Amino acid sequence: MTGPSGARPDLGSVGLSGRAVSATRFRWKRRRLLWRSLRSRHDLTPINDRTATIARDQVLCFATMRNEGQRLPHFLTHYRALGVSHFLIVDNASTDGTAGLLAAQPDVSLWSTDASYKGARFGLDWLTWLQMRYGHARWCLTVDADELLIYPHWKSRDLRALTGWLQARGVEAFGALMIELYPQGPLGSGPWPPEADPLSMLPWFDANGYRAVRQMPAWNLWVQGGVRDRVFFADTPRQAPTLNKLPLVRWNRRYAYMNSTHSVLPRRLNLAYDGPGDKRCCGALLHTKFLPTVVEKSAEEKHRRQHFGAPERFDAYYDRIIERPDLWNEHSRLFRGWEQLVSLGLMSAGEWH
Amino acid sequence: MSVGFIMLVHTALDRAAQVARHWATSGCPVVIHADRTVEDDAFSDFCASLADLDNVRFSQARRRCEWGTWGIVGATIDAAELMLDAFPKVGHVYLASGSCLPLRPVPELAAYLAERPRTDFIESVTIEDVAWSKGGFDHERFSLRFPFSFKRHRLLFDRFVDLQRRLGLTRRLPDGMVPHLGSQWWCLTRRTLTAILKDDRRAEYDRFFKRVWIPDESYFQSLVRLHAKRIESRSLTLSKFDHQGKPHTFYDDHLQLLRRSDCFVARKIWPRADKLYSSFLSNDPKVTKNAEPNPGKIDRLFASAADIRVRGRSGLYMQSRFPLNDRDNGRSTGPYSVFEGFSDLFEGFETWLNKATGCRVHGHLYGPDRAEFAGREPVYNGCLSDSAKLRDYNPCGFLTNLVWSTRGERQCFMFGPQDNQYPTDFMVGDPNAQISVITGAWAIGLYRTNITSEVIRKEAARLQRIEQAHVAILRAHWAKARIRIWTLAEFIESPMDNTQEILNEISLGPTRRLTEAPRLTDLSGFGQFLQQLKNEGMNLHMAGDFPTGTGATPMNMVQKRPYLVK
Repeated sequence: MTGPSGARPDLGSVGLSGRAVSATRFRWKRRRLLWRSLRSRHDLTPINDRTATIARDQVLCFATMRNEGQRLPHFLTHYRALGVSHFLIVDNASTDGTAGLLAAQPDVSLWSTDASYKGARFGLDWLTWLQMRYGHARWCLTVDADELLIYPHWKSRDLRALTGWLQARGVEAFGALMIELYPQGPLGSGPWPPEADPLSMLPWFDANGYRAVRQMPAWNLWVQGGVRDRVFFADTPRQAPTLNKLPLVRWNRRYAYMNSTHSVLPRRLNLAYDGPGDKRCCGALLHTKFLPTVVEKSAEEKHRRQHFGAPERFDAYYDRIIERPDLWNEHSRLFRGWEQLVSLGLMSAGEWH
Repeated sequence: MSVGFIMLVHTALDRAAQVARHWATSGCPVVIHADRTVEDDAFSDFCASLADLDNVRFSQARRRCEWGTWGIVGATIDAAELMLDAFPKVGHVYLASGSCLPLRPVPELAAYLAERPRTDFIESVTIEDVAWSKGGFDHERFSLRFPFSFKRHRLLFDRFVDLQRRLGLTRRLPDGMVPHLGSQWWCLTRRTLTAILKDDRRAEYDRFFKRVWIPDESYFQSLVRLHAKRIESRSLTLSKFDHQGKPHTFYDDHLQLLRRSDCFVARKIWPRADKLYSSFLSNDPKVTKNAEPNPGKIDRLFASAADIRVRGRSGLYMQSRFPLNDRDNGRSTGPYSVFEGFSDLFEGFETWLNKATGCRVHGHLYGPDRAEFAGREPVYNGCLSDSAKLRDYNPCGFLTNLVWSTRGERQCFMFGPQDNQYPTDFMVGDPNAQISVITGAWAIGLYRTNITSEVIRKEAARLQRIEQAHVAILRAHWAKARIRIWTLAEFIESPMDNTQEILNEISLGPTRRLTEAPRLTDLSGFGQFLQQLKNEGMNLHMAGDFPTGTGATPMNMVQKRPYLVK
């Protein structure tokens, strides 16, 4: 971010020339990513292109989806209420009617592809292309189907208010902590009535135990912790999921997400978020991974081997989920709203009062 | 006499029109200046939407009102002249923007001003006494020249300022004028405004202010001092700024707060705040209060937000103020106590300490197998896991997390040379830490195993080396914790007094004498054990000069000062 609080991290012993070399390296890395994305457009087949209806100054939502039919209605409701005007979605070979559902929505532009999710950098190549084409000079929200963005005052102020406020302060990106929600009792049990609010089915979360480091040379943040860290990765903390994201960015066609939405190029955008305890205005992504379908999905994921990094390292993780453990304990917190997250120090309203 | 409004608008014209209509239909003349950047089509639509009102006028010359430049003052002057000429009955002129919203019925404002016909409401602060502006220039606003745009030609702007500073260039103020600063939004009487605009020397003032930085915050604020009879140095418009000097925006959820402020007008209002616009744009006499404006509550709310934004909350980690670089606002949230050697020397020390102090007492939080939380819970407050691997992945973060998630309750824990030593530096540099050490007491554990073998000897040597390094850090000059160090021999000379001293520091209330003493473990034979080690070539000097004799340790009640580092 720009402004007085956008202090660069201390680059320590890296000299001026070292800094220039590393800046050049990342410039070329960014170009390489953009080139990949440009090429990946051939993989996308437009199913329903309503992008002509996109107006100036609208907030756009970008997502890749695969078999998310059950989550979709609530996902769309949530983000429509937040003031997202148009959804640009890539359907990656869904078999549960996700595509049909999306095609019927008036504010969704849909592309489909059968190409490899992993081969497209977990869908990022596709989305980067769409952002390059439609997101320039607009605020772009990039989320997964199981992520619900909230931020201070989200019930009374929509994303246009938030982005307007950020933009007046020269802020280009908005950070959020992934809060993993889980149920009480063994995973994968209980019914999932359609139209049910996932937040009412997964009301629990871990309030503490997050750790953060800033990584050189990409200046990206690395926050870990939460329930998956505690239950599944206690013996291998390095492999625990990354929880910091930059889901909302005032996009430029020269930008590219680097590693999911955890980090982005150019590097300075990564400094827009400092993790839990950040004093600036920041948000939270409520992660609804542990809805009842998680067990069968994990079995499928283990089989598909499209996980980030080396898939075989995550077999144990999927096996543990398939065992249907109970993630709940007496110190779990019941999610009550954004004010609670602010008082727990997991997000901050900054000066946006 | 009535009040007339000048509106400077550049965006959200529909909202501006709505407010202008409200004022005009309430009997107040309105003169509107639209920025030159407003497109012609939009401007003519805007004019047409207000065409049915005969007391609304538009400035014909549309200026570019760029932030920080003369354009805003020029536009205000144009509109003010038009207002004074076209509406001779106007007694007060109120300067507002397109994102202003009246919070109280217009008749109330009119009545308030009618009661004070000679008073000018304009914030006007001399730069000599008060640092009014938030960052940026202060007196240099007047002493330097600013011909370049801050937003469009930042480099030229900065370079030219540097150049003038280096050459020592300054400007001469017009004779008799004292520079004052204040909020851009004012309400002046016809008399004062006329005097300012018809001043013989106005051309000279205008020439001067055209090169002043942000003249809209100083032109009227300075000149009013030359002409006004009675100045109330405050703005009738509620307008808040954040620590970067950007105006705060009000949204629908501020409705109650704005209502309670009793201010006449507020800015800036978010254009989509439908509830605010529909609630406040009415002259309903039921909401009339006839109260003095009282922005105090809003002031306090925004001040506390700014404070958190700038300083952060102590013990809550943030990347850019990690404790390593000493820019932090406190390493931990609250005080905590570390006990080293006590659980070896006393039996059931944890339970006793918990009873005596009411604090939460943990075992060896940094133990090699797991974090021994109070009650040996596998998961603690805030879902901290007792996994040693997770803890050792970020040992200091583990401690701050624990202290943060148990705010309001003091945490005590045991520590020793068997434990992960990584957090030593962190604790020693933390003013919230109280560290009490009985060196060599860990040997009691070895003695209890009742064997003296090669293995024990090696283990004793290893632990002693670790403790020695640990104590060296405790004695470092940069230590900020409350640290007490005794050798085992020193401590057992008067264990109760020493313990009492630690507890006095923990309990905030009136100190009470310990009624129930912790039970010393049986040390008969320990001296011989030490001698045995010594005979085998291993001198356990950290325990001090422990008497070789057998028998129970004497309980000496003589006061003896412990070795107090800080």
